[in-house]
Amino acid sequence: MYAFDFVKPATLADAVTALGQDGAMPLSGGQTLLPTMKQRLNSPETLVSLTGITDLKGVRREGDALVIGAATTHAEVARDAAGDYPGLAALAGQIGDPAVRSRGTLGGSIANNDPSACYPAAVLGSGATIITNMREISAGDFFQGMFATALEEGEIITAIRFPIPERSAYAKFHQPASRFALTGAFVAQYAGGVHVAITGASESGVFRWSEAEAALSGNFSPDALNGLSVPAKGMIGDLHGTPEYRAHLAGVMTRRAVAAAS
Amino acid sequence: MNKISMTVNGKSVSADAEGRTLLSTYLRDGLGLTGTHVGCDTSQCGACVVHVDGQVVKSCSVLAMDVAGADIRTIEGVAAPDGTLSTLQQAFQDHHGLQCGFCTPGMIMSAAALLEENPKPSEAEIRHYLEGNICRCTGYHNIIKAVMAASGQDVSDMGTIAAE
Repeated sequence: MYAFDFVKPATLADAVTALGQDGAMPLSGGQTLLPTMKQRLNSPETLVSLTGITDLKGVRREGDALVIGAATTHAEVARDAAGDYPGLAALAGQIGDPAVRSRGTLGGSIANNDPSACYPAAVLGSGATIITNMREISAGDFFQGMFATALEEGEIITAIRFPIPERSAYAKFHQPASRFALTGAFVAQYAGGVHVAITGASESGVFRWSEAEAALSGNFSPDALNGLSVPAKGMIGDLHGTPEYRAHLAGVMTRRAVAAAS
Repeated sequence: MNKISMTVNGKSVSADAEGRTLLSTYLRDGLGLTGTHVGCDTSQCGACVVHVDGQVVKSCSVLAMDVAGADIRTIEGVAAPDGTLSTLQQAFQDHHGLQCGFCTPGMIMSAAALLEENPKPSEAEIRHYLEGNICRCTGYHNIIKAVMAASGQDVSDMGTIAAE
């Protein structure tokens, strides 16, 4: 890694000030950012750690929603969201491995928007709201393609508000080396209909599979998806799988998620 | 350079660190605690696992300055001060849970954390928990067996893969 200055503010206001400097970058759990800095793919002049800000941590119930602080670790979500939103907690408990889950955070994952990350599927599939120090952003507007989000310079995610579904599940086909999703499907049933979000498959990052949503809103069963498939065009092709393979997996994982949630 | 202080294996310590100093570097170069191994340096292999405030972390993927003041436990803090191995370490020896030993500090630290959370894990739970610890020698079976044995479970039907 190239040398950099490190600061760890205790308040959001101090973090915003520190991030106002040229070359400053926020650091959350560091499970993605630090490896990329070692490869010199990223070289901030100053790293501003967000994990010392207690206001950014914790899981709390607010009416029909679960509000999770952006610096809450995957391990904490897996434990503390299990009662209110078990589908989300189960997803958090499958990210990486236990050591990664001790450090990696919800906000860090969402801000990075890796096309194969798990959390974007839950955030989009829940129709969640991303709360920042400046505004609130709907999940549909937040994710803007591979590694791209609506966040602006100096904008910090403070929390995510997840409407709690009637039932939900995440089915992940692990890429065994990275433990990311080769393809994963998050399915959530709400009073207003079913959401299906697919991660790991598309070159545009996480997306909602609207055909499946329509079919499942009428009949929440794996059979409702018979005859439906995701087009291979625009899916990721790499040494781990072809676009056709990932498109196929999207269907299989959605069926498995529906079966698990039923 | 800054002087960074933390508690390591129950002792207050301090050593120099830059912003970019990893916790693994701080432990090994700053404190001379070379039991924490750096295998891949890309957070894949788990040889560098230590406990930070009771939680397992890969010390090659944490900045020392980010855990200043924390309570750290490394492999050096697992055996008794007189060198008597912990139950888990002894089980690794008894059940041939290591060959070259490079991954063993990370395996022990991860398995110790598992047993604190879940004192009688199933074989599947052990395999799942050790997902982030890679061993290139043993084929894992004897590691799993050692963790089962350390948790007081009968391993007589688990067989033995290594030569006896």
